[in-house]
Amino acid sequence: MVNKQHEKNRRDYLANKVDIQSGYASALSLSIEETDTITMTKSNRNNLLLRLLKYVLLDILKNRMVLFYTLFLLATSFGLFSMSGDATKGIASLLNIVLLVSPLLSLIFSTIYFYNSYEFIELLSAQPIQRKTILYSQYWGLCISLIVALVIGLGIPLLIFAPSKAALSLLIVSCGLTMAFVSLALLAALLTRDKARGIGLSLLMWFYFTFIYDAMMLMIMFAYIDYPMETITLTMISLNPIDLARVIVLLQHDVSALMGYTGALLQELFSSGKGVLLASGVMLIWIFVPLKLAIRLFNKRDL
Amino acid sequence: MIKLISTLLLIMLAHFKMQATVIECGENTKFPSIQQALNAALPFDTIEVLSGYYKQGNIFIEKSLSLFAKGEVVIDGEFKCEVITVKSSHVHIKGFHIKNSSNLSSIDIAGIKVLASHHVIIEYNQVEKCSFGIYLSNTKHCIVKHNIISGNVLAETNIGNGIHCWKADSNEIENNEITNQRDGIYFEFVTNTTINKNFSHHNLRYGLHFMFSHSNTYTANKFSKNGAGVAVMYSHHVTMKNNLFDYNWGASSYGLLLKDINDSDISGNIFSYNSAAIYMEGSNRVNMRNNTFSNNGWALRMQASCVDNIIEYNNFIGNTFDVSTNGETQLSNFNANYWDKYEGYDLNRDGEGDIPYRPVSLFSVIVEQLPPSLLLIRSFMVYLLDKAEKIIPSLTPEYLIDNKPIIKMIEAENQPVASININKK
Repeated sequence: MVNKQHEKNRRDYLANKVDIQSGYASALSLSIEETDTITMTKSNRNNLLLRLLKYVLLDILKNRMVLFYTLFLLATSFGLFSMSGDATKGIASLLNIVLLVSPLLSLIFSTIYFYNSYEFIELLSAQPIQRKTILYSQYWGLCISLIVALVIGLGIPLLIFAPSKAALSLLIVSCGLTMAFVSLALLAALLTRDKARGIGLSLLMWFYFTFIYDAMMLMIMFAYIDYPMETITLTMISLNPIDLARVIVLLQHDVSALMGYTGALLQELFSSGKGVLLASGVMLIWIFVPLKLAIRLFNKRDL
Repeated sequence: MIKLISTLLLIMLAHFKMQATVIECGENTKFPSIQQALNAALPFDTIEVLSGYYKQGNIFIEKSLSLFAKGEVVIDGEFKCEVITVKSSHVHIKGFHIKNSSNLSSIDIAGIKVLASHHVIIEYNQVEKCSFGIYLSNTKHCIVKHNIISGNVLAETNIGNGIHCWKADSNEIENNEITNQRDGIYFEFVTNTTINKNFSHHNLRYGLHFMFSHSNTYTANKFSKNGAGVAVMYSHHVTMKNNLFDYNWGASSYGLLLKDINDSDISGNIFSYNSAAIYMEGSNRVNMRNNTFSNNGWALRMQASCVDNIIEYNNFIGNTFDVSTNGETQLSNFNANYWDKYEGYDLNRDGEGDIPYRPVSLFSVIVEQLPPSLLLIRSFMVYLLDKAEKIIPSLTPEYLIDNKPIIKMIEAENQPVASININKK
C-alpha cells in the first residue's frame, strides 16, 4: 500500500516539473523515519540517491545539450572513420578530438548545470536528506548522462569500424576523463557562488590541463636536460589526467617504439598489470579527490 | 696439319680425362657414406646422394665436383660439428637439407662453409638450426641462390649469421630466405656483389648488415620484422634499388641505418612501418630518388654530419615526423618531393607547389634535443607549437627546405619487390 502510494507520488513529480516541489515533499513525508539522518540505513540512503538520480537524469535529458553532444560525437567519429579508411588512423585522430572535447564539455556543462539547478538543490537541502546524497545525485546524474553520450557517440562507431583493444582503451579512457572532469567541475562550481566566475574557473582548469601543464612539463624537461628525466616525466605525465589518457591510448598504438628509452619504460610498465593498476589508480584519485573536496565544501556551505 | 691433329688429339684426350662419371651414394650402394664417395671421386665427377638421413660428421669437399641430392636428403650434424666444408673451387652443391651444426664461440661453425675458393654454386638447399647458415670466406664468383636458412634463436651471442661473406668479390646472392639468425645477410670486405630478391625476416639483429663492402648492388630484397632493421656502414658506391623495408619497429630499430656511406644510390625503395625509415650519420653524396616512405615514425633522421645528399622525387606519406635533424645547418638538398603534410597551393598548375615546404617540425627539433619529450606527442600544445612555427619559422633549420614540393603523389617507376621466388626447383 505504502509502496504504491510512493510510486504514484514519484511518477507525479517526474511527470511535471512544476509540481515537483510538493510532490517531492509528500513523497518524502511518507518515509520520514527512513530518511532521518541518524537512523537511516545504508540501503535507504542508496534508495534515496537512486530516486534523486532518476530525477537529475530526466532533467538532463530535457536539456538538449547531451543529445547534441552525442550527435556531435557520432558525426565526427563516423566522418573520421569513413574519411581515413584506416582504422588505426581513425582512432588516432579520434583520440585528439576526444582529449580536447570531452574534458571541455564535461567541465562547462557540469558547471552550468550545477548553477542552474541551484534552487532545486537548496530545496532538497531543506529536506531531511544528507547533503552528500544531494551532491552525489548531481555527480552521478551528470556522469551517467555524459558517459551514455560517449558510449553511443564513440562506442558504436568504434564497434563498427575498429573493434580492437585500442578502441576499447580509448572508450574506457574517455569515460574516466569525463568522470574526473565532472568532479573537477563540481569543485569549481562550489568554490565560488558567482556563476560567471565558476564557469571561468572551470575553463581555466581545462586550459591548465590541456596547454599550460604540457608547456610547463616541457619547460622543466629543458631546464634539467642534462639529467636522466625518465621517471620524473612519467610521474609528471600521470599527474595530468589528459596526458595520462593520451599516453594510455597511444601505448596501444605502437607509437611507444618512437619514444626510445622512455617508451620502453612505459611499455614495460603497461604490459604488466602493474601499469594498468597504477593508471587506473591515478584516474580514480582524479575522480574522487575533487569530489570529496566538493562534498566537504558543500557540507560546510551556508546555502 | 700436324699441329691441327695434335691439337685435336689433345682436346680429345682432355675430354676423355675430364669425362665426368656419376657416382651414386646411399644406403644400399657402394658408398654408404658421403665422405667415402667424395674420397673415391675424381675431380669433376658428380655425386648423387640418394634420399635418406645421413649422420656422418663433418663432410669435407676438397675436389672440384658436383654434389647433388636425389630426393629428400637430410644431413644432420647432430650439434657436434660443422656439416659441409668446401675447400675447393668449382664445387656445386644442390638440394640438401642440412641441419643441426654445433655451436662454438671460438670458431664460426656453419651449415655450409666455403673457404678460399671460387666458382662455388650453392643452391636449393635448406639449412636449419645451424650456427651460421652459409659461410663464404675469401671467395670469388660464388653463387648462393634459392636457399632457405632458418636458425635456432637462443641469444645474439650464440647464433651466427644467415649468409655470411667475409672477404669476397663478385658473388651473387639470389632468392634466399633467411629467418631467425643473428644477421640475415652479413658482409665484410665484400666487393662487386649482387644481392637480389632475398627475403630476410625475423632475424635477431639486422636483416642485412655490411661493413667495408664497396660497389655492391642490392635489388628487390625484402627486409621485414628484423630486430634492428638493416644497418650498413663504412662503404661507398652502394646501390640499393627497389627493396622493401617494413615493420622494423622498436625503440632502437631502423628501416635502414646508413653510417659513413658515401657516393651511393638509394632509389625506388619502399619504407613502411619502421620506427625510423632511414637514419643517416656521416653519409655524403647519397642520392635518394623515387623512394616511398609511408607510416614510419621518422621517415628520415638526417644528422648534421651528412653533406651533399640529394633527396628528390620521394613520397612522404603518413609519417609521424617527415625529417628530423640535430643541427642548425643542413647541407643536403631536398627537391621536388611529395609531402602529404604540405598545405601549400599551386596557382599556375605546373604540378609544383608555389610556396616551399619545411619538412622539419618544431616538435621534431625538440624531440631530437630532448627524447623524453616524445611523451607529449599528439598533445594539443605540441600541435599549437608546430602551427606557430610553420607561420613564423625561427627554430627549425633554415636551409632544410623543399622549394618545389610536388603536389600529387609520385607514381613509383618500378614496383619494388617483384616476385621473390625462394625455393622452387
